[in-house]
Amino acid sequence: MTSRRLSKLAARAGFWLLVALIVVIAVFPFYYAIKTSFTPSGDLFRVELWPTRATLANYVQIFSQRSFLQAIFNSILVATSVVFIALLLGITASYALGRVRFRGRTTVLLVILGVSMFPQVAVLSGLFEVIRALNLYNNPGGLILSYTIFTLPFTVWVLTTFMRQLPMELEEAAIMDGATPWVTITKVFLPLMWPAMATTGLLAFIAAWNEFLFALTFTLTDSQRTVPVAIALLSGGSAYELPWAPIMAASVVVTVPLVVLVIIFQRRIVSGLTAGAVKG
Amino acid sequence: MSTPVTESAPIPARPLPTSYRSTKVRRQRVRAAWLFLAPMLVTLTMVAGWPLLRTFYFSFTDASLSDMSNTLFIGLENYLVYDDGRWFGVLADPIWWRAVWNTVYFSVVSVSLEVVFGVIVALVLNAEFKGRTLVRAAVLIPWAIPTIVSAQMWAWMLNDQFGVINYLLMALGIIASPIAWTADASYSMWAVIMVDVWKTTPFVALLVLAALQMLPKDCYEAAEVDGIHPVKVFFRVTLPLITPALMVAVIFRLLDALRVFDVIYVLTSNSTSTMSMSIYARQQLVEFQDVGYGSAASTLLFLIIALATIAYLYLGRKQLQLGGD
Repeated sequence: MTSRRLSKLAARAGFWLLVALIVVIAVFPFYYAIKTSFTPSGDLFRVELWPTRATLANYVQIFSQRSFLQAIFNSILVATSVVFIALLLGITASYALGRVRFRGRTTVLLVILGVSMFPQVAVLSGLFEVIRALNLYNNPGGLILSYTIFTLPFTVWVLTTFMRQLPMELEEAAIMDGATPWVTITKVFLPLMWPAMATTGLLAFIAAWNEFLFALTFTLTDSQRTVPVAIALLSGGSAYELPWAPIMAASVVVTVPLVVLVIIFQRRIVSGLTAGAVKG
Repeated sequence: MSTPVTESAPIPARPLPTSYRSTKVRRQRVRAAWLFLAPMLVTLTMVAGWPLLRTFYFSFTDASLSDMSNTLFIGLENYLVYDDGRWFGVLADPIWWRAVWNTVYFSVVSVSLEVVFGVIVALVLNAEFKGRTLVRAAVLIPWAIPTIVSAQMWAWMLNDQFGVINYLLMALGIIASPIAWTADASYSMWAVIMVDVWKTTPFVALLVLAALQMLPKDCYEAAEVDGIHPVKVFFRVTLPLITPALMVAVIFRLLDALRVFDVIYVLTSNSTSTMSMSIYARQQLVEFQDVGYGSAASTLLFLIIALATIAYLYLGRKQLQLGGD
């Protein structure tokens, strides 16, 4: 009897140990980045898990750099524009793909899936040419255009899944009243699609906010860069002494809003990520 | 970021019942459908289809970044050419083959680890315990952090002189002297894999968790009544049932890993010991300005990923059929 109770106790202890391990591994790097961001640069040679002296100097330093503020502004501009375009094009396309049966529908869906799969590098030289031809090189416009390559397929796909689940009685009623498809979308479906659009919009925003390869390749000057490139190139100055404390301060500034958003909307995000995955 | 477009078969449309499908309404709807699709299709053609074709074309020319319009068609010279007793071209470049090997190694190892850890984390999150919501929120944090930021965070933690990882390992007596994680060729690939696994395990865990939560409860109750060991239940019941969801997670992770760029670029920049195919192609294209040669590498990367996808879908279907027999 006692040995059985003992093994049960051991299993419980093991489980909680596993939970603790998972939480520590998931949270520690971010915690350590926050800790470093408050540490005076001169103290960094001493490794410590808890800050002994805290300072805001690193934050003051990055916010006094015009290029960092400009990068945040560029990132916000690019990410919100991309979300807006992806949702606008995505909602109309998802109506066509989710509610209407027509010839070529499967082909269009497969093409969209294909585009979402292929590597960004494969279009790099071709896209470079397109962006230069449109005079959008070293310009947020070039990034907004190029980011539709990964946000649009995903938005269309998830919105189509959601669109399909809406009851058909609504559409029947609209057609009986003589509503055109455009009126049906804007007046009937749009109000019901807000939750789905919030989810896909949030995921598209995160994807655009984090993108690096295009942002690195299609911009040239500090004033046009987005946050990931700015942070990656902060270290480019000298190879021997990297400004780790300011880098961590900048990292925390651009990450905290995302972490907060993701935690607030975790249910929505999970449903967006798994939309179709388990049902299919 | 992983592209979370996750469905194994195209979504069927939900058409109106036959009674409403009078020809006029129907024709109007089909016309509207194409009209609504047009802006999306035009955009995708402009940013994906056309550039892809141009990349293929450039790979057969001597285009350079400074002059992409006046190009000369040079056939397969960017891929492979025999000249003056030596082979030249991407396919004859040992660094390219190194990049191919690195990418494949990185993809296979990191996706395998992510699946194992993802399943473990999902099983923990699927159990009922106090504070489960908090643990789930904590697990989501690595996923929410931009790849560049997580690479920088880890670069700092892995710093050879002042990094906390070396400090902890030395305090615990696991290593005797500091390791140059990102600079030492024998460790740098593992550093990259570790950062990638840390960042993307939550994605796999979430997909697996969603699958776990849809499993029928009754077979577990039956197994418990029969006194079957939980580990056996996992391998005999749970694992087969979540295999379809795992396959979806694996293909999306694998496609993502094969085009890896940013983690490696930030952690180890252009070092050959970790160089991926994407890094190689971009280096040729942008830094060496050789659009033709870089496009040839890009085209090869595209072909490798397309082949991997087809092979995976084919094998996956076969395996599923075998499993169904």
